[in-house]
Amino acid sequence: MFKVTINGLDIEVEKGTTVFEAAEKAGIYIPTLCHHPDLPTFGGCRVCMVDADGKIVTACRAPVTDGMVVKTDTEEVSKVRLSNVELLLASHNKDCQSCTRNNSCRLQEVSAFVGINQERMRQIRRSVEPVKPDDSNPFFHRDFTRCILCGICIRTCQEINGVAAIDFAFRGFHTKVSVLGDKPIKDSHCESCGECLVRCPTGALYLSRPETPEREVESVCTYCGVGCGIKLGVRGDRVVHVEGNRDNEVNRGDLCVKGRFGFDFINHPERLKTPLIKKDGIFVEASWDEALDFVADKMSDIKSKHGADALGGISSARCSSEETYLFQKIFRALGTNNVDHCARL
Amino acid sequence: MTNSIDDIADEARVFFITGSNTTETHPVIGYRIRRAIKNGARLIVADPRRIKIAEHADVFLQLKPGTNAALLQGMAKVILDEKLYDEDFIKNRTEGFEEYAEKISSIDLNEMAEITGVPAELIAEAARLYAGSNPAAILYTMGITQHTSGTDNVLALAGLATLTGNLGKRGGGVNPLRGQNNVQGACDTGALPNVFPGYQPVSSPEANKKFSEAYGAEIPDKPGMPMTRMFKAALEGQIKGVYIMGETPVVSEPDICKITEALGELELVIVQDLFFTETADYADVVLPAASFAEKDGTFVNTERRVQRIRKAVSAPGVAKSDLDIFCELGQKLGLKGFDYSGAAGVMKEIGEMNPKWKGITYERLEAGGLSWPCPDENHPGTPILYGEKFLTASGKAQFKAVDYKPPAEAPDDEYPFILTTGRSLYHYHTGTMTRRSEGLSDLYDVEKALISLEDAERLGLSENDRVRLSSRRGEVEAEVKPVSELKEGTVFMTFHFAETCANQLTNSELDPVASIPELKVCTVNMEKV
Ligand code: SF4
Ligand code: SF4
Ligand code: SF4
Ligand code: FES
Repeated sequence: MFKVTINGLDIEVEKGTTVFEAAEKAGIYIPTLCHHPDLPTFGGCRVCMVDADGKIVTACRAPVTDGMVVKTDTEEVSKVRLSNVELLLASHNKDCQSCTRNNSCRLQEVSAFVGINQERMRQIRRSVEPVKPDDSNPFFHRDFTRCILCGICIRTCQEINGVAAIDFAFRGFHTKVSVLGDKPIKDSHCESCGECLVRCPTGALYLSRPETPEREVESVCTYCGVGCGIKLGVRGDRVVHVEGNRDNEVNRGDLCVKGRFGFDFINHPERLKTPLIKKDGIFVEASWDEALDFVADKMSDIKSKHGADALGGISSARCSSEETYLFQKIFRALGTNNVDHCARL
Repeated sequence: MTNSIDDIADEARVFFITGSNTTETHPVIGYRIRRAIKNGARLIVADPRRIKIAEHADVFLQLKPGTNAALLQGMAKVILDEKLYDEDFIKNRTEGFEEYAEKISSIDLNEMAEITGVPAELIAEAARLYAGSNPAAILYTMGITQHTSGTDNVLALAGLATLTGNLGKRGGGVNPLRGQNNVQGACDTGALPNVFPGYQPVSSPEANKKFSEAYGAEIPDKPGMPMTRMFKAALEGQIKGVYIMGETPVVSEPDICKITEALGELELVIVQDLFFTETADYADVVLPAASFAEKDGTFVNTERRVQRIRKAVSAPGVAKSDLDIFCELGQKLGLKGFDYSGAAGVMKEIGEMNPKWKGITYERLEAGGLSWPCPDENHPGTPILYGEKFLTASGKAQFKAVDYKPPAEAPDDEYPFILTTGRSLYHYHTGTMTRRSEGLSDLYDVEKALISLEDAERLGLSENDRVRLSSRRGEVEAEVKPVSELKEGTVFMTFHFAETCANQLTNSELDPVASIPELKVCTVNMEKV
């Protein structure tokens, strides 16, 4: 264990811990933009500067040494941080009001922390050339004027899902996050998983149809057998958002395109809303009582005329375990083992 | 799966992926594997298609569709010849090695190379890599099982894992990735014709007595009909009524003409679903069901982990959960014990009837999922199977060599191409849900039959050209896309799209043991239209 003193607080941390992690452990905030706990360190934004034993270092990258004395609020630290943030703001879109991340933006949070007020913000921001966002992907769009080139999306796409669809392109002032050949992202091998979107610290990557939920309900994705934990975001009586559940041991928050974005079917207008009985070749609406009486009568009828083995139950691998249990129970209680489901398809 | 996602992703030194397009069909497991490979794990892929994950493979075996057993036993032969097996494991935990070894040793590797179309040296390389880095995890899906030789293919895979001692340990195992969200749970809860919940055979006198008494019925001790036979039986007049819930057989079943014909014959067809599906047209009554977001319950994932789903919103109109529908129907049918206090009450009964789930309760599930077997309330669950013994009489793993059997259909002059089917990342099965997502449809809405570059050139086809594909059972028209990932003579289609329904073509010939249809191989002809 190493002993470290941060702003006068003594703490002990493991060897290999970074200054940022040590500060986090001590409950001390250090502003960061390009750092993400899921990802390897990049060290590009330089807003996490601190004084470590008299030297100015990037906290997200610098490992602690035994006996290290860290100061996070010296005049020099404040100055470097301020100028680094101002630099980022200078080439950033001026209009926070129209941004989906307004009030939940890391750049705003960090700007405020380093002491940039609204007034100053307006002064620094020159108007940037309008660049058309990439709205080719149906689920999320990319607004280059709000990108701070932190590289989080790039590292996510390499390290989290291994797709590696995006990378930095061009140099200097023209640097941007781009897909091969600078095409719209839809034409790349991006898999639309949205993992980059959920980690982007600014409004550069944003949902094409954002709706803020009122409450969250923990559940499990209804598509494949991986069984990823999700949180259903509900507004009124509608599911408007899905998020990976980071506490779930199966996926720890990761999702694929279907799990994250494929929930339209829930609120779909074509959902069946009432039982239907076919009369003279035409389906007519029925009450539950009518429909279930019809089903029960017909099933009993077949059973008494031809035996229970003239009935077959085709259950589903899409329903809950409790439901498949009850389904087989009905058929077995009627006296047949003719019950199966789509496991083989 | 014999193992858990975590232990194989974190500890396998080699992955052997065969018949699984993991990055598209189990994407989040695909992420984990790509991460493991970044961290130094090695990868063998055997698939008729150069699927995405094959980009990362150390050894890629592009076998002819349906020749899996030949490839796998060829690998076993190399492991035996070169003495790469795990002697201790074989001595202590297995039976039947001598017989197996004798049979496998007599295989001619060159013949296997001939059958599979994979060079002998590559088969040997795969065998050495698999056997040489322990632990090694096998991952497979329907590319192994949807064959008339599906059971043999699985046995051949199990043979490899047994030879190399890759069972009952972290990072190893034989791991079928279960396809649908709750296919594991549906099997576990007895939605199968031959077993009650917990895989208790209907033919076991004890189990039969227990269930007959509990359900207040005389349950036959003979297995019932698997779904793949039910429709045939309907055509023959044995089955008069079917109850279809949450499923679209007229798109997902092989050889669809037969299915629709059978549905027409039936006296009673009940369809219970979220949407008016393609099958609903044939129904006498359609019941509106609640979606997963509108009810409480559990799904069991591919690692046998039972997890809670929770009601988030209410169902549209008067739609009800399947659970509520069955409770009411059970009562209307005069059946015993259909008065549950919600999903938790049903779970309680499942625990009473299925000893493997006894320790799983809703209270415990609040803290996270539990992998069965979980025999009592203090049991932590069992992420890895067969740590100490196997489910055989002796508790030892049984070696079993199989004979390679070719698929039911072989290409000929009339039907010179092999069609194989699968799923895409963007859709799910028959698309009842995913095709109603605007975004997913925007990304992928029109089937593109994938064909090899060689065949494209020979037939003068380029992307978006339309072809007519025909088999002994039916025909479909679809657009094509020439790709380098397929070998000459192979065609790939998904089964998501009813309008270009690949299952018009597929073969309903079954594996004799598992009754699984040979969806992965049928022969077709292809003409430009
Ligand atoms: S798009 Fe977002 S995550 Fe990517 S570099 Fe720009 S700001 Fe960072
Ligand atoms: S959506 Fe997923 S695949 Fe596409 S760029 Fe983002 S992280 Fe990569
Ligand atoms: S999010 Fe994707 S990988 Fe996870 S369960 Fe759903 S479909 Fe499967
Ligand atoms: S957070 Fe440390 S350099 Fe960006």
